[in-house]
Amino acid sequence: MKKTTFFGAVAAATMTAGFAAAGTLDDVKAKGFLQCGVSTGLAGFSAADANGNWDGFDVAVCRAVAAAVLGDPQAVKFTPTTGKTRFTALASGEIDMLARNTTWTFSRDVDLKFTFIGVNYYDGQGFMVPKELGVSSAKDLDGATVCIQTGTTTELNLADFFRSNNISYEPVPIETNAEAQQQYLAGACDVYTTDASGLAATRATFENPDAHALLPEIISKEPLGPLVRHGDDQWADIGRWTLNALIAAEELGITSANVKESAMAAGNNPEINRLLGTEGNLGEQLGLSADFAKNAIAAGGNYGEIFARHIGESTPIGLARGLNAQWTDGGLIYSPPFR
Amino acid sequence: MSDTHAQTVAYVRETMLPEQAPPSTAAGPIRWMRDNLFSSVMNTVLTLLSVYFLWVVLSLVLPWVWYGSWTASSLRECREVVSDLGLAHGAACWSVIGERYLQLIYGFYPDELYWRANLAFILMIVALAPVLYPNLPRKILWFSALYPFLAFWLLWGGTLWTPVVAVAGFVLAYFAFEILNRAAGSLVGVIAAILVPVIWWLLLAGPVANGLAAVIPLAMEPVESAKFGGFMLSIIIGVTGIVMSLPLGILLALGRQSDLMIVKAICVGFIEFIRGVPLITLLFVASTLLNYFLPPGTTFDIILRVIIMVTLFASAYMAEVVRGGLAALPTGQYEAADALGLDYWKATRLITMPQALKISIPGIVSTFIGLFKDTTLVSIIGLLDPIGLTANIRADSNWNGIVWELYGFIALIFFIFCFSMSRYSMYLERKLKTGH
Repeated sequence: MKKTTFFGAVAAATMTAGFAAAGTLDDVKAKGFLQCGVSTGLAGFSAADANGNWDGFDVAVCRAVAAAVLGDPQAVKFTPTTGKTRFTALASGEIDMLARNTTWTFSRDVDLKFTFIGVNYYDGQGFMVPKELGVSSAKDLDGATVCIQTGTTTELNLADFFRSNNISYEPVPIETNAEAQQQYLAGACDVYTTDASGLAATRATFENPDAHALLPEIISKEPLGPLVRHGDDQWADIGRWTLNALIAAEELGITSANVKESAMAAGNNPEINRLLGTEGNLGEQLGLSADFAKNAIAAGGNYGEIFARHIGESTPIGLARGLNAQWTDGGLIYSPPFR
Repeated sequence: MSDTHAQTVAYVRETMLPEQAPPSTAAGPIRWMRDNLFSSVMNTVLTLLSVYFLWVVLSLVLPWVWYGSWTASSLRECREVVSDLGLAHGAACWSVIGERYLQLIYGFYPDELYWRANLAFILMIVALAPVLYPNLPRKILWFSALYPFLAFWLLWGGTLWTPVVAVAGFVLAYFAFEILNRAAGSLVGVIAAILVPVIWWLLLAGPVANGLAAVIPLAMEPVESAKFGGFMLSIIIGVTGIVMSLPLGILLALGRQSDLMIVKAICVGFIEFIRGVPLITLLFVASTLLNYFLPPGTTFDIILRVIIMVTLFASAYMAEVVRGGLAALPTGQYEAADALGLDYWKATRLITMPQALKISIPGIVSTFIGLFKDTTLVSIIGLLDPIGLTANIRADSNWNGIVWELYGFIALIFFIFCFSMSRYSMYLERKLKTGH
């Protein structure tokens, strides 16, 4: 009995020590680094090289936020999370933000109590089939065997799509993308369905990519974005406007090459001046330095540069901008004004 | 008499004929093959079928392994190199192993600190040796007892005083027991031996360690748990789990057989609960649920959490294996121990437990091997053990799509470890064999 009270006292002491810290921003500044949750490995989005340096499209978001908050894109520690551990890692405070190709859905936002700070990639579920099957539309897939990752939104989307088109299919449940790749190549299923970016990345690794086709139908909306915990609006704002700064920079023609020069002195374009902190006090309003956006852009370039370097058409993954083009080019990537 | 035959028989051989080599069909490899492979029509057919099967498999696998490329820098390049060879089934791309083997062994451990991991591994062998081979000098056992703290310091770095004050807790417990045992009896001694170190660790150890560190700053560069990975992580979890689960399992087995009702109920409840829950569930509890229960801001190391869960899991199975050994002992052994006037602990230590453990060796080693292989489950909770690293390596656009080479390499290393364990258990069984 004595021992129990004693342990309780210790736990309470630790708890008060834990609560003494204020918002996430202060925590991050005090720690001196950002703890960012990423995928354990997804081609183009997050991967560690042979030296343990993380790189990728999602990783770049973490680095931009670290640069905006701490002025150093390397001041990030990455926590590899799986599909099963990502939300608890964020909710428990183990990580400060999660940038792990996570679909923004109602229940994740509302029920799981997270705040999505934007969309960095608009994805959608597609189908891949061997060309020799002679299928040109997903509606021809009546009776097909379909490789599908279990426990994901793609599984539900697939059921919806086939039901609404009144055709049948036979699911082949698989656990990981790597397993799916093997099953599909071994002919265990006629069709492989997952996010279109994943299909393109998978197809690029085949020995003979031309023998496989992506069908034109995209059957779901998968807006992928970084997220933070509910309840710390300042921290969510920092993430949101760092992402927006990358997007606005592309729109305004600011790249990693010219950002330093443009931030030296105020230019003719007031929007650029406000963004880069040569005019107004946007950084201060966020609780950051005036040049937060400059640092974020200098970290890895603007949105377009990050896209091109990690998943763009010149990379092995070879994704076209498509929906992820700037709104001025007919895409959905759009930043509210910096004003 | 002796020369009777000399007159009646024309010739008597007086020396033995030298032994002749048996006919070639009745000795050597031909005899062996006739006995073992071609002793009947049925066996001949089966032998030929097996040879054909082996030939088919090996003629596919060996060229694939042998002609594999060690130089290509990406899967694409490797495929070009391999297709130039013109093999029917291609060849392996071993260069991914060449590029990433350090990562598969050490995870993201800083490479300038690999020596610390290596040293910890070598010292582990030194520490295990006197336990595994009893004819080595017994004094090394002191080193074995200190090794866990030393290994912790080597692997995680930081100040030396943390492990030192942790050891001090055990020393205090020993003295508290010795003094109070004499002064106030064994029960008070046991209680003091539990309470004193707990108070020390929870209240005094931290400030004392900090104070000592301020006076004599003996510290190495700290390495955080997130950097641990690869086989190093598997070995840390596996070996710690193995070493701690055996004593725990023995205690649980004894507790389950105990006549003390509460002790028995606790042990049975623990064993049945743990055995009724899959390991992966316990790992999820360790990685996610605990985060909700612990106050925010507490950092309870994830590797430590996993080690605790794996140890508890293995100790429940170990308890049942050991209980099997205890149950196999004839009642006469227990009665003989009683008849000699030994108390419970002496009887257990000297009579029953050595025999029970000897009977249980195969089961114990199976549990160890299973536990070591189960460490790969931690990849599901996001720790980068070898299996977790394969996803990471495949996410590198150079190696996206590579499967067999990675898994083959990992399987080979695991096989080496598990096979050594099973050979050791056979050695131990032979050595301890006292039957006829």
